[in-house]
Amino acid sequence: MTQRYSRSGSIRPTRQGSERTIWYLMRVTGLALFVLSLSHFLILHVLYDPKDQTAAFIANVRWSSLFWRANDWLFLIVVIIHAVLGIRIVVGDYLKGAVRTAVMTAFYLLGLLLFTYGTIVVVTLPKPTG
Amino acid sequence: MQVDLRILRYDPERDAGPHWVSYSVEAEPTDRVLDLLHRVKYEVDGALTFRRSCGHGVCGSDAMLINGRNRLACRIRVEQLGRRRISVAPLPGLPVIKDLVVDMDGFFAKYRSVQPFLITDGPPPSRERRQSPEERARYDDTTKCILCAACTSSCPSFWAQPDYVGPAAIVQAHRFIFDSRDEGADERLEILADQDGVWRCRTIFNCTDACPRGIEITRAILEVSAAIVERHG
Repeated sequence: MTQRYSRSGSIRPTRQGSERTIWYLMRVTGLALFVLSLSHFLILHVLYDPKDQTAAFIANVRWSSLFWRANDWLFLIVVIIHAVLGIRIVVGDYLKGAVRTAVMTAFYLLGLLLFTYGTIVVVTLPKPTG
Repeated sequence: MQVDLRILRYDPERDAGPHWVSYSVEAEPTDRVLDLLHRVKYEVDGALTFRRSCGHGVCGSDAMLINGRNRLACRIRVEQLGRRRISVAPLPGLPVIKDLVVDMDGFFAKYRSVQPFLITDGPPPSRERRQSPEERARYDDTTKCILCAACTSSCPSFWAQPDYVGPAAIVQAHRFIFDSRDEGADERLEILADQDGVWRCRTIFNCTDACPRGIEITRAILEVSAAIVERHG
């Protein structure tokens, strides 16, 4: 009956791992998202009409400045970090052992894929033409 | 008036698993749930098992799940519950020993793990250790804890991760970490920084809602988390 608390007799602290860093990162990226996602919303829905915002518009108007390219790239990175670490928390609560490792590996790879794909777009979308 | 008191009974020697048993109990609106449990135990079934000691919200023995919320049976009156059907179950997330009695060994092991006592260097002073009212106020909230386990057993993070040290132990650590007379803060922060320490808190606030002493537990947990982060720069 008390086996669930196998650690009750053990000496703390146990393994520290990277929990502290992850906790801090979640809060820092959360704060960053508060600013970045609201500004993203402002740009997409208030400052410009959504129907005008085609790929050509982004290439020619918004991304003609390095600042907005950097801003959107930062947004991408922050979203991916926050999302993957958030999923890690949920997965850790519901899955254990090898299944957990497998699912989390899949999510880490997905995060990496999204980062790579997004970065390629940010870097290679052509400079404004004519 | 008549109250329909439903109790989640479990006798490990007889029952395959926990099951609800209904009792019709005569009750005054000002009766506490503890009074109803006494009435069943004294007048209907002497085998009904539950913990209680002081019966006045000080000892923390009779925390249980009453109408779906963790409360002290001695601190909640029938009229406060607002209906005539009252359900009583053992604290969730802890192993049931019998009826409403749960195994608290793991809970107290976690409490001990944060070193809940004054740690100082050197010999004790010849007079009392002095402290200003402001220094005392810093940790006043967390001195109110009665170790009833209502917070820890209401925490979904604890249900999912039974090794999580839990809100109650963190509250007890907070009481000493922010005490100006104590010199063991570093040690305690090191303990609570481990993988089953404060990081498991998801700020769900169930603990704050459940606390019969009204302690702002989630705030205390986050103050400890912040102290750990600040300490490591």
